[in-house]
Amino acid sequence: MNSEKIFRYLLIGSGVLIVLIALGIVTTLFIGAIPSFKEFGFGFIYSADWNPTQGRESYGALPFIIGTLVTSILALLLTFPFAFSISLFLGEYFRNGKLPSFLRSVVDLLAGIPSVVYGLWGFYALRPVIIDLGLNAQGFGIFTSSIILAIMIIPYASSLGSEVISMVPGSLKEAAYSLGATRFEVVKTVIIPNAGSGIFAGYILALGRAIGETMAVTMLIGNSNKIPTGIFDLGNTMASLIANQFGEADGLKYTSLVEIGLLLFVITGIVNYLGKLIMKKLSA
Amino acid sequence: MNTSTQISNARLKGRLLKDKLFTYMLIFLAFLSSVPLFLILFELIKKGYKQINISFFYKVAPDTMEAMVAVTNNEVIPGGIANGIVGTLIIVGMASLIAIPLGIICGMYLAENSKGNFAGVVRFIVDMLQGVPSIVLGVIGYIWIVKPITGGFSGLAGSVALSIMMLPSIVRSTEETLKMIPDTLKEAALSLGVPYHKTMLRVVLPSGISGILSGVILGISRIAGETAPLMLTALGSAAISTDITEPSSAIPLLIWEFYNDPNLVDMIWSASLFLLFLILCLNLTAKAIAKRWKVQY
Repeated sequence: MNSEKIFRYLLIGSGVLIVLIALGIVTTLFIGAIPSFKEFGFGFIYSADWNPTQGRESYGALPFIIGTLVTSILALLLTFPFAFSISLFLGEYFRNGKLPSFLRSVVDLLAGIPSVVYGLWGFYALRPVIIDLGLNAQGFGIFTSSIILAIMIIPYASSLGSEVISMVPGSLKEAAYSLGATRFEVVKTVIIPNAGSGIFAGYILALGRAIGETMAVTMLIGNSNKIPTGIFDLGNTMASLIANQFGEADGLKYTSLVEIGLLLFVITGIVNYLGKLIMKKLSA
Repeated sequence: MNTSTQISNARLKGRLLKDKLFTYMLIFLAFLSSVPLFLILFELIKKGYKQINISFFYKVAPDTMEAMVAVTNNEVIPGGIANGIVGTLIIVGMASLIAIPLGIICGMYLAENSKGNFAGVVRFIVDMLQGVPSIVLGVIGYIWIVKPITGGFSGLAGSVALSIMMLPSIVRSTEETLKMIPDTLKEAALSLGVPYHKTMLRVVLPSGISGILSGVILGISRIAGETAPLMLTALGSAAISTDITEPSSAIPLLIWEFYNDPNLVDMIWSASLFLLFLILCLNLTAKAIAKRWKVQY
């Protein structure tokens, strides 16, 4: 075989290998989850039991699914005004110069801070504030985690937005200005309708990020296995449950945690797929 | 002045006021977002600088007793994070060895076959891999390596989990960079009779090296701070371990251990400061490379 052929096989082989890795991940999670699926069936998804007592073992994912969705959606709502401002600031108001390049670097650096450091900062700097405000006696909980998550996803939520905003055709904006529109009116009537789906796709991808975040949430959510009753209550997410309990788990508990991993994989997969779908429609 | 101009004047003022308010609010909120970064940096430096000395880099992390004695005597906690530094170097290094060649070759494949059916599938899968939560990759590392191959927690399992994490960003940055290189360059080499694989490896790849390299460094900086997958795979170790089939420590794992041990609290800040410094340096290097040797034709 000559080197030309080897090279071509190498190129295709790398693609095949990546497909195999992805298939491997799905099958592995699936096989690992079979025992607990056999035991609990679909009830696993809507059961709120998490009882590791020997002989009366019973596991359900509902509190963690709710905890995951509530923390990440709340984080998205909290991040929205900031991410939207950054998108407009970098994409429309100030495109060049020192100030926007400063803001751009800050956003990049925010994305670089490890999750565990965010968790630490949340524990030592944010938690006392939450306690002082009287929102929660221990300062832990869904709200605390959501604030940290919101800061963590600002870079993801704002970057795609500023990109699509800067791509809005100049002629459209000029037409609006020539009719006497103010800048705010141009944003409202030209930029948002034009770049809206791209901005939205950015938020969906940021949501996917928030759903999978582990360390910061584990350190701040309070790790309660009950269904949270409000946004200041303690809770647990699927990711933080795995992080907390996987180490010493075996038997049914272990397979239940793998099944939760599978659910987490599926949920983030769907959310990311939606984000990419919106982006694709945009570029078409 | 008749009433209709008065009304329209008032309306104009209202519109201009709204515009101004919106602009100020925008600037305020955008810059408010940068406050957490400076608060975090300030906190880490304020609480972390005391612990950083030479022994911080060559001694292993202290145990609880040593730390407790030091704290009660009002001394600086002895020891450092050498086991974490060595572990991070080995785990991240091995992850890079797996992910970089595979990622670059796959990126080349995607750039060369932008319209093929199978390439579309691969591109879709790479996008999906990018969204997989890190903790799920930890579970995968555990099931693939910890249980069947090393029979226990190991640095190798951590590397495998992290390599899957950094793969997508390398593939995408390679693909994007190579797509920017004009076809004429490739055609020139091919028309001189250079074989295809040599054209790709000796002409096209080197001209895109800056973009590829900055993608690789960004990928490394992204996994260097990962904690969750390592908790399920590498586990952590109190001694410096160079055996990849044994449990290994890493800087993020040490931060997690210090966090859980009240006696070691002071060590958290210096370890975090060092980790953040490392990651910021990697980020800035990637940026500088991308800027300095930008692909230009």
